[in-house]
Amino acid sequence: MARLAVLLAFILSLAGVAQAEERSSLLPAVPKATGEPHAEGNEYWRKNHMEMMRHDRDLTLRMGDREIEASLKGCFDCHAVKDDHGMPVTYTSEKHFCRVCHDYAAVKVDCFMCHRSTPDGVDEHAINGDSHAGLMTSPEGDAGAGAVAGYLERLARPARRTMMTSTTTSGADE
Amino acid sequence: MTFFRMPKDAKQPPAQRAQAKKANRAEMTRRDLLRSGAAVATATLAPGVTLMAFGGSPAEAAAADAGKRWGLLIDVSKCQDDCTACVSACSEENGWGQGEHPETDAQWIRKVTLKNKATGHTETMPMMCQHCEHPPCVDVCPTGASMKRADGIVLVDKHVCIGCRYCMMACPFKARSFIHEPVINQKSHNPRGQGTVESCTLCVHRVDAGGTPACVEACAAEGHGAIIFGDLKDPNSEISKRLAEYPSVALRPDLDLNPGVRYAQLG
Repeated sequence: MARLAVLLAFILSLAGVAQAEERSSLLPAVPKATGEPHAEGNEYWRKNHMEMMRHDRDLTLRMGDREIEASLKGCFDCHAVKDDHGMPVTYTSEKHFCRVCHDYAAVKVDCFMCHRSTPDGVDEHAINGDSHAGLMTSPEGDAGAGAVAGYLERLARPARRTMMTSTTTSGADE
Repeated sequence: MTFFRMPKDAKQPPAQRAQAKKANRAEMTRRDLLRSGAAVATATLAPGVTLMAFGGSPAEAAAADAGKRWGLLIDVSKCQDDCTACVSACSEENGWGQGEHPETDAQWIRKVTLKNKATGHTETMPMMCQHCEHPPCVDVCPTGASMKRADGIVLVDKHVCIGCRYCMMACPFKARSFIHEPVINQKSHNPRGQGTVESCTLCVHRVDAGGTPACVEACAAEGHGAIIFGDLKDPNSEISKRLAEYPSVALRPDLDLNPGVRYAQLG
């Protein structure tokens, strides 16, 4: 029961156990959670978790209500995934419980731009060294200026093909 | 406030439904009506039809109490020139100031040195968000991210902050900072990230838990006791008594912002 949120479409596609087993290699390997299962059932949470968290975050921030029931911090209590070294993985890891399904669904999660993606008390700087590279980009500095100059240079070239390529590349970088 | 609810499973006995109600939100039609934790009276009108009365709105149940106004009183004469305990305590508590670019890193609280040019006398005092009653940052915010709680604490809702920095320009105290670089290892009680503006929250997570801001505790721990935290609306609070008994000033009184942070023995 205590599994994580997956796409509603994915749920609907599970017509039977046999079929699920056949397709299991294509589906996200949802990590097992600890603790008590949600009273509302997994179906409800899969469908509504972001609405619940969005509702409760406004209550906490704007009303000062700390007695909320749906919070990111609370998710980690049961859902945090640990790596081979026994340390909780961060959002930069594909094993992170949010990413397992959200990667599958191609839904981008903005939460961890601001929120920490591990339980409290974990030093994210110390986890697996460079695993945070995705979240901690270094300032552009000279490299950034060089990229802009190169982009402008490519734009200035008459060849249409080159221009299109450079534009696409630049957009993907940012 | 009352409303009618038709449970999905009308066959379930009302007693069981009442038990399940607290823990199970899936069957609620409007869970925001129930979530406040306020007293709920229920009466079964007919099988499957329950009348529920809710005591109090979510605002009443929430911690931010409009009957309070949190503020600070800073006694400049007690603030020691070489002490930055309040600044480091804030930094540690809220997880800012550990960046590699001090020129642009966030600064929630800073020590300001004042010098009387005529006499040469200098004094220092901490400055942070003044938690104005009429905050200019809230006035100018185009998205509603800059907001004031019912209890007077001025905050940035980073969920809706677009990082335009208009509030930074509007603030006469330079209290707000922009986060230029990606951040990790945030405190769970203080999420902060690139592209948003932030400032002193008056340690709102501590206040909601009945505590006092980290700077106040640190100053007291140093033995200086230059900062007092309390409810400005409560005439019996220490801060209100001190304000009534001794002279104090608001910074930039010409702007008529009525800040919640007051300074005594200034100048």
